[in-house]
Amino acid sequence: MTGTVTLQAKNKNRSIVQTESTTESPLVRWLLIGTALVFLLLFLILPLLIVFREAFSGGINLFFQALTDPDALAAIRLTLFTAAIVVPVNLVFGVCAAWAISKFKFKGKSLLITLIDLPFAVSPVIAGLIFILIFGSRGWLGPWFLSHGIQIIFATPGIVIATLFVTFPFVARELIPLMQAQGTEEEQAARVLGASGWQTFSRVTLPNIKWGLIYGLILCNARAMGEFGAVSVVSGHIRGYTNTMPLHVEILYNEYNFTAAFAIASLLAVLALVTLVIKSVAEVKITGDQIQTKL
Amino acid sequence: MNSLLTVGKNILPAKRSSVIPGFGLTMGFTLFYMSMLVLIPLGGLVLFTTSMGWEAFWQSITDPRVLSSLRLSFGASFIAAILNAFFGLIVAWVLVRYTFPFKKVIDALVDLPFALPTAVSGIALVTIYSQNGIVGRYVELLGFQIAFTWIGIVIALTLIGLPFVVRTVQPALEDLEKELEEVAASLGATRWQTFKRVIFPAIQPSLLTGFAMALARAIGEYGSVIFIAGNMPYKTEIAPLLIVIKLEQFDYTGATAIAVVMLIAAFLILLFINLIQWWNRRYSDEN
Repeated sequence: MTGTVTLQAKNKNRSIVQTESTTESPLVRWLLIGTALVFLLLFLILPLLIVFREAFSGGINLFFQALTDPDALAAIRLTLFTAAIVVPVNLVFGVCAAWAISKFKFKGKSLLITLIDLPFAVSPVIAGLIFILIFGSRGWLGPWFLSHGIQIIFATPGIVIATLFVTFPFVARELIPLMQAQGTEEEQAARVLGASGWQTFSRVTLPNIKWGLIYGLILCNARAMGEFGAVSVVSGHIRGYTNTMPLHVEILYNEYNFTAAFAIASLLAVLALVTLVIKSVAEVKITGDQIQTKL
Repeated sequence: MNSLLTVGKNILPAKRSSVIPGFGLTMGFTLFYMSMLVLIPLGGLVLFTTSMGWEAFWQSITDPRVLSSLRLSFGASFIAAILNAFFGLIVAWVLVRYTFPFKKVIDALVDLPFALPTAVSGIALVTIYSQNGIVGRYVELLGFQIAFTWIGIVIALTLIGLPFVVRTVQPALEDLEKELEEVAASLGATRWQTFKRVIFPAIQPSLLTGFAMALARAIGEYGSVIFIAGNMPYKTEIAPLLIVIKLEQFDYTGATAIAVVMLIAAFLILLFINLIQWWNRRYSDEN
């Protein structure tokens, strides 16, 4: 269910003028701010800080030793490889779905939008279970693939398929409301002036949706690299072969190799922070684009 | 140009009222990809469930170990969603209404649970809340334990559901008409009365939506929970973990039965969210 809060709603920042009668006494105000900050400190900031403190608790050498361990490098490679396939494929899907939904009228549109969100409602573990039922050695298609020498479950293809499933809605759900709000007038004008379909998309639509696209991409990438439940079910946990970074964190942690576990985890935490920064920039840019469109 | 467009629209048959190309291609790919990756696999799960028969299904889910895992998953998720509704409302309120240092950074950090891999938050939480952890050791002095108990599970589920309530309530608070609060104040309402009678009813639908989203996410959560849970059968074993255990034992029927119960719960919650939004739209249209 990650990211189910749409971007559109968040960007309606309206400044509210405070007057004496419509705000709280300073005591109540600071009590509320204090409560909020303590809550966020305990649940967000402390976990983040702990990851870095533990990662460097054995010194910088141990940190780099953990990252350059062959199994760790294999996990990093597999995670990058998976994201390199998953993100572009779901990007193409997201753009296609958003184009069809926002630029045309057809029956069953809201049903289609609901169906696109479906993977968010499915527990990651259940997503993994589904693909085991299909491609597992005792599944429906698994034996056929195995007899042709293709292993899907407990191998890289299974990890890629499970990750495709859990990150399926990300790009589409950011682009659909954005492109619906932008309408079709600019594209129609381009067509009337003689632009081809591809030219219309690449020169008119793409610049308009650029930041929405980046927003969807970065969230899709974060989830693709960080997915645990679905990948854990289909991976088989073979060190150096089918371990992604999050799975390697789990293995190291269960072996009481805490420093190494947190070293890998700190890389993922940096990824999360970079994701948040790019996301914030994209939000500002999208709001700017929307104001410009309105003018 | 406008007239040109209208002329074009009228000439072309109704189905192709748009001059924009690519409907066949994009819609075709969308439906094909979605069917292959999502619809057919999910359909397969439904098919597998119906083929196992009612008796096998019932026997699987009434097993005491399964029942206690489901009870724990639903119960802990519910408590976590309540905590999120309460604290999420305060966080959203503070971010919309007040100014304080580092507000922008904190606002951006609220989305951290969406971006941070669940395994990372899992090992971080257990380090903080276990007996030797920086919070856990003080809690220990008070005489109770967080890590490896149901309280730890609630904490992990609260973390991963945190952004939902904040991000649904925030826009609703921003859209509130300030005039209404002024009217309430000028009619003699105290600030608390204004909140209870004017502000709260207006943001209630979004609060409920955020609550339901956090609940749905928490029920299915796996990665951040298993580290802090302790995973003792009948005590701290959540339903998603039991699915994984049953899969490792090749008990596909047992795993699917639990999955079906969880999926039904998730879809009921989704339906509930849609009902709130439908009700909310009708309500705001009337005004």
